[in-house]
Amino acid sequence: MPNVMLRNNAAGQLVFYVTKKDHEETVVALEHAGPGAWGGEMELADGSRFYLEPFDQPPKLPLTVRVKRL
Amino acid sequence: MTMNRQETEQLIQEVLEVYPEATGKQRAKHLMANDPSLEKSNKCIVANKKALPGVMTARGCAYAGAKGVVWGPVKDVLNISHGPVGCGQFSRAGRRNYVTGHSGVNVFNDINFTSDFQEKDVVFGGDKKLAKIISELDTLFPLAKGVTIQSECPIGLIGDDIEAVAKKSARDIGKVVVPVRCEGFRGVSQSLGHHVANDSLRDWVLHGRDDDPGFEATPYDVAITGDYNIGGDAWSSRVLLEEMGLRVIAQWSGDGSIPEMQITRHAKLNLLHCYRSMNYISRHMEEKYGMPWMEYNFFGPTKIAESLRKIAAFFDGAIQENAERVIAKYQPIMDAIIAKYRPRLEGKRVMLFVGGLRPRHVIGAYEDLGMEVIGAGYEFAHNDDYDRTFKELQDGALIYDDATSFELESFVERLKPDLIGSGIKEKYVFHKMGIPFRQMHSWDYSGPYHGYDGFAIFARDMDMTLNNPCWQKLKAPWQRASAETIQAAA
Ligand code: SF4
Repeated sequence: MPNVMLRNNAAGQLVFYVTKKDHEETVVALEHAGPGAWGGEMELADGSRFYLEPFDQPPKLPLTVRVKRL
Repeated sequence: MTMNRQETEQLIQEVLEVYPEATGKQRAKHLMANDPSLEKSNKCIVANKKALPGVMTARGCAYAGAKGVVWGPVKDVLNISHGPVGCGQFSRAGRRNYVTGHSGVNVFNDINFTSDFQEKDVVFGGDKKLAKIISELDTLFPLAKGVTIQSECPIGLIGDDIEAVAKKSARDIGKVVVPVRCEGFRGVSQSLGHHVANDSLRDWVLHGRDDDPGFEATPYDVAITGDYNIGGDAWSSRVLLEEMGLRVIAQWSGDGSIPEMQITRHAKLNLLHCYRSMNYISRHMEEKYGMPWMEYNFFGPTKIAESLRKIAAFFDGAIQENAERVIAKYQPIMDAIIAKYRPRLEGKRVMLFVGGLRPRHVIGAYEDLGMEVIGAGYEFAHNDDYDRTFKELQDGALIYDDATSFELESFVERLKPDLIGSGIKEKYVFHKMGIPFRQMHSWDYSGPYHGYDGFAIFARDMDMTLNNPCWQKLKAPWQRASAETIQAAA
């Protein structure tokens, strides 16, 4: 369960950042991105996949969250 | 001779041959030929790994990163080097982080404060001594705004509770007291020290004035982060921002202070120069205070103009116009400098081996002078630094991560650069090899190099070093080839 920071980069893409590992990747797919639910399974540009417990509303970014590696 | 990717790869193989097999395999992962089309570095280079036993590395320790780099330049705190006297004394004032104020009265970063650990402190613990030092310091230097406890190796080994001492002392003296767990054995290089220091700022300093409404913010407030004011770097950057109509409300940490850090949250934009050492706190401030951050580069007119425009784009039309005016004002001055020095430096080849941002940031400044960077490497970069390097460096250039002294010397012997930019540990080796050298960590007692004013000094320094007549005197007159020179000497 790594601690990751989610933020939008200058190009407006969602970026996934693991501080401890200096691992920064863009998120290419997010399961729930709309109002009502935000989160779920996400896929990164390098192909790895993580699960984020969905929020009811799109949260204010940047935000540090805990995710599960899938 | 500029090498293509294949030739560079081959050079790497040849240099690695002398190593035992296992070492060679490990080191091979830290060396590569540049490919500017790459986006991500994690597939092609390994960084931020422990140096191998038996090789000579140029890295420092976590204490050096925390006390020397991040906390050292803060002018109004008393940095106690907690532990034996050497770590602080031998690193004292070496980085020339300039400040304004009176040493010993309201600025303290050129003084070495230490708890001077003796055997009995190791045996019985140093917490009591530490508390006493803090209260003594408060009596001696009443204008200091805080105290930091920079742990050296023994503190972590004997398990002193500096956090408890910090909490209690902070109550007693009514000032910020920051425990920094930067024992030298933590992590693989000074890079972890930057991180630890950033975390200590986050946990013990940053929120200090969060509920103080006194600060009057303007829409044009910015903060300079990751500029350590080496030789006055932050000042020559600051003036440009101010000329543009922005107000710099905080400098992290060159010529910076605790109150400045605590009001940084009011800035509209956080300008980050050294990404490696301060991205952690920038990311935190973005999350906590919604303050966006932006990387910029103030080395050389091309990059400065690019950065000024990028910064201005974040603000309104008036600022953007001002930015153009600033660029137009300095352009003729820069053109004159380039006209003067470029003919003397054109086509010279440079190799760099520095810390966390210079190997990529100064490339533009060299290119403005018509020079080319044929090799670059970092002592302690992480993969995200290499992600940012590929685009700046030319195709086929040699990249070396945490190069050992043997590798660096072999690369230099083979590539025969005209100039090397690296640290004091490399300086005299290359002087003896007869190669012009600039110490690029603290500008060889010169500077500033940031901003337009800095570029003028940068160009002069490079010329002064490269075209110094001493390099022709390395051969004895009777060893020189032509009879003419012998006659000239006689
Ligand atoms: S490694 Fe330890 S003993 Fe050496 S300088 Fe760093 S803190 Fe001091």
